[in-house]
Amino acid sequence: MENKIVLDELDRKIVELTQSGLPLVSRPYDDISEQLGIDPSEVISRMKRMLDSGVIRRIAAVPNHYALGYKANGMTVWDVPDDKVNELGQKVGQLVFVSHCYHRPRFLPEWPYNLFAMVHAHNRDDARLLVDKIAEVIGSDDRGHDILFSTQILKKTGLRFNQ
Amino acid sequence: MNTLDRKIINLLQKGFPLSEQPYLEVAEQLGIEESELIHRLADLLEKKTLSRFGPMYDAQKLGGAFSLVAINVPEEEYDRVTEIVNSFSEVAHNYRRDHDLNMWFVLATDTPEKIHAVNSQIEKMTGLKVYNMPKLDEYYIGLNLPV
Repeated sequence: MENKIVLDELDRKIVELTQSGLPLVSRPYDDISEQLGIDPSEVISRMKRMLDSGVIRRIAAVPNHYALGYKANGMTVWDVPDDKVNELGQKVGQLVFVSHCYHRPRFLPEWPYNLFAMVHAHNRDDARLLVDKIAEVIGSDDRGHDILFSTQILKKTGLRFNQ
Repeated sequence: MNTLDRKIINLLQKGFPLSEQPYLEVAEQLGIEESELIHRLADLLEKKTLSRFGPMYDAQKLGGAFSLVAINVPEEEYDRVTEIVNSFSEVAHNYRRDHDLNMWFVLATDTPEKIHAVNSQIEKMTGLKVYNMPKLDEYYIGLNLPV
Protein backbone atom coordinates (compact mmCIF):
# COMPACT_ATOMS: atom_id res chain seq x y z
CA MET A 1 0.00 0.00 0.00
CA GLU A 2 2.69 2.47 1.00
CA ASN A 3 6.39 2.25 0.36
CA LYS A 4 8.48 1.42 3.36
CA ILE A 5 11.46 3.69 3.67
CA VAL A 6 14.59 2.14 5.07
CA LEU A 7 15.79 3.96 8.16
CA ASP A 8 19.10 3.15 9.73
CA GLU A 9 19.88 3.09 13.42
CA LEU A 10 20.85 6.74 13.52
CA ASP A 11 17.60 7.80 11.85
CA ARG A 12 15.70 5.78 14.42
CA LYS A 13 17.61 7.45 17.25
CA ILE A 14 16.63 10.82 15.82
CA VAL A 15 13.00 9.66 15.74
CA GLU A 16 13.28 8.54 19.34
CA LEU A 17 14.76 11.84 20.49
CA THR A 18 12.27 14.06 18.65
CA GLN A 19 8.98 12.17 18.76
CA SER A 20 7.79 13.91 21.90
CA GLY A 21 8.83 17.32 20.59
CA LEU A 22 11.69 19.54 19.52
CA PRO A 23 13.97 21.03 22.19
CA LEU A 24 13.00 24.62 22.99
CA VAL A 25 16.50 26.01 22.65
CA SER A 26 18.07 28.32 20.11
CA ARG A 27 19.76 25.49 18.20
CA PRO A 28 17.41 22.55 18.69
CA TYR A 29 19.07 20.31 16.10
CA ASP A 30 22.47 20.88 17.75
CA ASP A 31 20.92 19.72 20.97
CA ILE A 32 19.90 16.46 19.29
CA SER A 33 23.23 16.01 17.52
CA GLU A 34 25.12 16.42 20.79
CA GLN A 35 23.12 13.62 22.35
CA LEU A 36 24.03 11.41 19.40
CA GLY A 37 27.64 12.55 19.08
CA ILE A 38 27.23 13.57 15.44
CA ASP A 39 27.44 16.79 13.46
CA PRO A 40 24.37 19.11 13.61
CA SER A 41 24.23 19.24 9.81
CA GLU A 42 23.85 15.45 9.82
CA VAL A 43 20.70 15.72 11.96
CA ILE A 44 19.27 18.38 9.67
CA SER A 45 20.04 16.44 6.49
CA ARG A 46 18.62 13.21 7.88
CA MET A 47 15.46 14.95 9.05
CA LYS A 48 15.17 16.62 5.66
CA ARG A 49 15.37 13.22 4.00
CA MET A 50 12.64 11.90 6.29
CA LEU A 51 10.53 14.95 5.50
CA ASP A 52 11.00 14.49 1.75
CA SER A 53 10.10 10.81 1.91
CA GLY A 54 7.06 11.45 4.08
CA VAL A 55 8.41 9.63 7.16
CA ILE A 56 8.00 13.03 8.79
CA ARG A 57 4.65 14.41 7.63
CA ARG A 58 5.65 17.89 8.71
CA ILE A 59 7.40 19.75 11.51
CA ALA A 60 4.83 21.96 13.15
CA ALA A 61 2.81 22.95 16.16
CA VAL A 62 -0.33 20.93 16.80
CA PRO A 63 -2.99 22.94 18.55
CA ASN A 64 -5.24 21.47 21.14
CA HIS A 65 -8.43 22.21 19.26
CA TYR A 66 -10.51 22.32 22.43
CA ALA A 67 -8.29 25.03 23.88
CA LEU A 68 -8.65 27.04 20.66
CA GLY A 69 -12.42 27.03 20.85
CA TYR A 70 -12.95 24.26 18.30
CA LYS A 71 -15.11 22.36 20.71
CA ALA A 72 -17.11 20.35 18.19
CA ASN A 73 -14.81 17.62 16.96
CA GLY A 74 -16.89 15.57 14.57
CA MET A 75 -16.01 12.30 12.93
CA THR A 76 -18.24 12.19 9.89
CA VAL A 77 -18.78 8.72 8.46
CA TRP A 78 -20.25 7.81 5.09
CA ASP A 79 -21.57 4.72 3.38
CA VAL A 80 -20.53 5.05 -0.26
CA PRO A 81 -20.19 2.42 -2.99
CA ASP A 82 -16.85 0.59 -2.72
CA ASP A 83 -16.01 1.21 -6.35
CA LYS A 84 -16.35 4.96 -5.81
CA VAL A 85 -14.69 5.35 -2.42
CA ASN A 86 -11.31 6.43 -3.82
CA GLU A 87 -12.75 9.04 -6.14
CA LEU A 88 -15.06 10.41 -3.43
CA GLY A 89 -12.35 10.25 -0.77
CA GLN A 90 -10.08 12.43 -2.90
CA LYS A 91 -12.85 14.99 -3.36
CA VAL A 92 -13.83 15.08 0.32
CA GLY A 93 -10.17 15.21 1.39
CA GLN A 94 -9.73 18.37 -0.65
CA LEU A 95 -12.33 20.29 1.36
CA VAL A 96 -10.43 22.81 3.51
CA PHE A 97 -12.28 22.00 6.70
CA VAL A 98 -11.55 18.25 6.51
CA SER A 99 -8.45 17.42 8.56
CA HIS A 100 -8.24 13.67 7.92
CA CYS A 101 -9.97 11.51 5.35
CA TYR A 102 -9.72 7.72 5.21
CA HIS A 103 -11.24 4.63 3.69
CA ARG A 104 -11.85 2.08 6.47
CA PRO A 105 -13.54 -1.33 6.66
CA ARG A 106 -17.26 -1.72 7.34
CA PHE A 107 -18.70 -4.03 10.00
CA LEU A 108 -22.09 -5.06 8.70
CA PRO A 109 -24.77 -4.83 9.80
CA GLU A 110 -24.00 -2.50 12.71
CA TRP A 111 -21.39 -0.32 10.99
CA PRO A 112 -22.09 0.33 7.28
CA TYR A 113 -19.70 3.28 6.87
CA ASN A 114 -16.54 3.03 4.77
CA LEU A 115 -15.42 6.67 4.39
CA PHE A 116 -14.31 8.78 7.35
CA ALA A 117 -13.73 12.55 7.34
CA MET A 118 -12.82 14.54 10.45
CA VAL A 119 -14.18 18.05 10.83
CA HIS A 120 -13.53 20.63 13.54
CA ALA A 121 -15.90 23.48 14.29
CA HIS A 122 -16.68 25.88 17.10
CA ASN A 123 -20.00 24.22 17.83
CA ARG A 124 -22.17 21.33 16.73
CA ASP A 125 -24.41 23.43 14.50
CA ASP A 126 -21.40 24.66 12.55
CA ALA A 127 -20.13 21.09 12.30
CA ARG A 128 -23.49 19.97 10.88
CA LEU A 129 -23.21 22.65 8.19
CA LEU A 130 -19.88 21.10 7.23
CA VAL A 131 -21.59 17.71 7.02
CA ASP A 132 -24.08 19.23 4.56
CA LYS A 133 -21.20 20.50 2.45
CA ILE A 134 -19.63 17.03 2.35
CA ALA A 135 -23.05 15.54 1.47
CA GLU A 136 -23.21 17.91 -1.50
CA VAL A 137 -19.86 16.65 -2.75
CA ILE A 138 -20.88 12.99 -2.35
CA GLY A 139 -24.27 13.61 -3.95
CA SER A 140 -26.33 10.56 -4.90
CA ASP A 141 -23.56 8.16 -3.78
CA ASP A 142 -24.41 9.02 -0.17
CA ARG A 143 -26.21 5.87 1.00
CA GLY A 144 -26.20 7.02 4.60
CA HIS A 145 -24.04 9.07 6.92
CA ASP A 146 -23.62 10.05 10.53
CA ILE A 147 -21.52 12.41 12.64
CA LEU A 148 -19.96 11.24 15.88
CA PHE A 149 -19.05 14.08 18.17
CA SER A 150 -16.37 13.56 20.75
CA THR A 151 -17.66 14.31 24.21
CA GLN A 152 -14.50 13.63 26.20
CA ILE A 153 -10.80 13.13 25.65
CA LEU A 154 -10.03 9.95 27.56
CA LYS A 155 -6.35 9.88 26.64
CA LYS A 156 -4.10 12.00 24.48
CA THR A 157 -0.41 11.32 24.21
CA GLY A 158 1.65 11.70 21.10
CA LEU A 159 2.58 8.58 19.25
CA ARG A 160 5.48 6.71 20.76
CA PHE A 161 7.58 4.31 18.79
CA ASN A 162 9.61 1.79 20.67
CA GLN A 163 12.86 1.13 18.95
CA MET B 1 -4.08 33.83 24.72
CA ASN B 2 -3.00 37.15 23.25
CA THR B 3 -2.52 38.36 19.68
CA LEU B 4 1.10 37.24 19.60
CA ASP B 5 0.14 33.74 20.74
CA ARG B 6 -2.43 33.55 17.95
CA LYS B 7 0.12 34.64 15.38
CA ILE B 8 2.58 32.05 16.63
CA ILE B 9 -0.02 29.27 16.50
CA ASN B 10 -1.23 30.21 13.03
CA LEU B 11 2.28 30.38 11.66
CA LEU B 12 3.70 27.28 13.32
CA GLN B 13 0.77 25.07 12.34
CA LYS B 14 1.95 25.50 8.79
CA GLY B 15 5.48 24.38 9.47
CA PHE B 16 8.80 24.95 11.17
CA PRO B 17 12.20 25.28 9.46
CA LEU B 18 14.93 22.69 9.42
CA SER B 19 17.80 25.09 9.86
CA GLU B 20 20.50 25.85 12.38
CA GLN B 21 18.56 28.53 14.21
CA PRO B 22 14.94 27.89 13.30
CA TYR B 23 13.45 29.85 16.21
CA LEU B 24 15.41 32.91 15.16
CA GLU B 25 14.06 32.56 11.62
CA VAL B 26 10.47 32.32 12.81
CA ALA B 27 10.92 35.11 15.37
CA GLU B 28 12.16 37.43 12.63
CA GLN B 29 9.05 36.68 10.57
CA LEU B 30 6.95 37.59 13.60
CA GLY B 31 9.04 40.64 14.43
CA ILE B 32 9.93 39.44 17.92
CA GLU B 33 13.03 38.26 19.75
CA GLU B 34 14.02 34.63 19.49
CA SER B 35 13.94 34.27 23.27
CA GLU B 36 10.40 35.59 23.37
CA LEU B 37 9.24 33.02 20.80
CA ILE B 38 10.82 30.20 22.79
CA HIS B 39 9.28 31.49 25.98
CA ARG B 40 5.79 31.81 24.43
CA LEU B 41 6.02 28.31 22.93
CA ALA B 42 7.02 26.81 26.25
CA ASP B 43 4.07 28.56 27.83
CA LEU B 44 1.57 27.40 25.16
CA LEU B 45 2.75 23.83 25.62
CA GLU B 46 2.67 24.11 29.40
CA LYS B 47 -0.90 25.43 29.30
CA LYS B 48 -1.78 22.74 26.75
CA THR B 49 -2.99 25.26 24.18
CA LEU B 50 -0.62 23.36 21.95
CA SER B 51 -0.71 19.61 22.31
CA ARG B 52 2.55 19.02 20.46
CA PHE B 53 5.39 20.82 18.78
CA GLY B 54 7.90 19.09 16.56
CA PRO B 55 8.11 16.48 13.81
CA MET B 56 4.95 14.46 13.11
CA TYR B 57 6.01 10.97 12.15
CA ASP B 58 4.03 8.69 9.87
CA ALA B 59 3.78 5.50 11.93
CA GLN B 60 3.37 3.26 8.90
CA LYS B 61 6.42 4.61 7.13
CA LEU B 62 8.46 3.98 10.26
CA GLY B 63 7.61 0.35 9.76
CA GLY B 64 4.97 0.49 12.42
CA ALA B 65 1.27 -0.07 12.29
CA PHE B 66 -1.64 2.10 13.11
CA SER B 67 -5.32 1.46 13.63
CA LEU B 68 -8.54 3.08 14.75
CA VAL B 69 -10.50 0.87 17.10
CA ALA B 70 -14.01 1.25 18.46
CA ILE B 71 -15.92 -0.44 21.28
CA ASN B 72 -19.56 -0.33 22.31
CA VAL B 73 -19.13 0.12 26.06
CA PRO B 74 -22.12 -0.24 28.42
CA GLU B 75 -22.51 2.95 30.47
CA GLU B 76 -22.01 1.23 33.83
CA GLU B 77 -18.71 -0.22 32.64
CA TYR B 78 -17.34 2.91 31.01
CA ASP B 79 -14.82 3.83 33.71
CA ARG B 80 -13.52 0.31 34.05
CA VAL B 81 -13.07 -0.12 30.30
CA THR B 82 -11.42 3.32 29.96
CA GLU B 83 -8.90 2.31 32.59
CA ILE B 84 -8.10 -0.96 30.81
CA VAL B 85 -7.78 0.61 27.36
CA ASN B 86 -5.72 3.59 28.54
CA SER B 87 -3.32 1.32 30.41
CA PHE B 88 -1.87 0.15 27.08
CA SER B 89 1.06 2.32 26.00
CA GLU B 90 0.12 1.48 22.39
CA VAL B 91 -3.06 3.55 22.82
CA ALA B 92 -2.05 6.99 21.55
CA HIS B 93 -5.38 8.67 22.07
CA ASN B 94 -8.83 7.72 23.11
CA TYR B 95 -12.05 9.65 22.68
CA ARG B 96 -15.53 9.21 24.00
CA ARG B 97 -18.08 9.72 21.20
CA ASP B 98 -21.84 9.87 21.19
CA HIS B 99 -22.84 6.73 19.33
CA ASP B 100 -23.49 3.08 20.22
CA LEU B 101 -19.79 2.69 19.44
CA ASN B 102 -18.90 5.14 22.17
CA MET B 103 -15.17 4.60 22.66
CA TRP B 104 -12.72 5.28 19.82
CA PHE B 105 -9.00 4.92 20.22
CA VAL B 106 -5.91 4.92 18.04
CA LEU B 107 -3.35 2.16 18.36
CA ALA B 108 0.25 2.64 17.27
CA THR B 109 2.55 -0.35 17.39
CA ASP B 110 5.84 -1.29 15.77
CA THR B 111 4.40 -4.25 13.84
CA PRO B 112 0.95 -5.07 12.38
CA GLU B 113 0.86 -8.28 14.43
CA LYS B 114 0.96 -6.24 17.61
CA ILE B 115 -2.23 -4.40 16.63
CA HIS B 116 -4.03 -7.73 16.69
CA ALA B 117 -2.28 -8.79 19.88
CA VAL B 118 -3.32 -5.61 21.71
CA ASN B 119 -6.88 -5.89 20.40
CA SER B 120 -7.22 -9.49 21.56
CA GLN B 121 -5.87 -8.56 24.97
CA ILE B 122 -8.36 -5.69 25.22
CA GLU B 123 -11.20 -8.02 24.18
CA LYS B 124 -10.15 -10.55 26.77
CA MET B 125 -9.77 -8.00 29.58
CA THR B 126 -12.98 -6.10 28.85
CA GLY B 127 -15.14 -8.95 27.56
CA LEU B 128 -16.32 -6.61 24.80
CA LYS B 129 -16.14 -6.84 21.03
CA VAL B 130 -13.42 -4.70 19.47
CA TYR B 131 -14.04 -3.16 16.03
CA ASN B 132 -10.68 -2.84 14.33
CA MET B 133 -10.81 -0.23 11.55
CA PRO B 134 -7.33 0.28 10.10
CA LYS B 135 -7.11 2.71 7.24
CA LEU B 136 -7.36 1.06 3.84
CA ASP B 137 -6.55 4.29 2.00
CA GLU B 138 -5.64 7.78 3.11
CA TYR B 139 -6.83 10.80 1.17
CA TYR B 140 -5.64 13.73 3.23
CA ILE B 141 -4.06 14.56 6.56
CA GLY B 142 -3.50 18.07 7.67
CA LEU B 143 -4.99 20.28 10.26
CA ASN B 144 -5.03 24.01 10.07
CA LEU B 145 -7.24 25.73 12.57
CA PRO B 146 -7.14 29.50 12.21
CA VAL B 147 -7.32 31.27 15.59
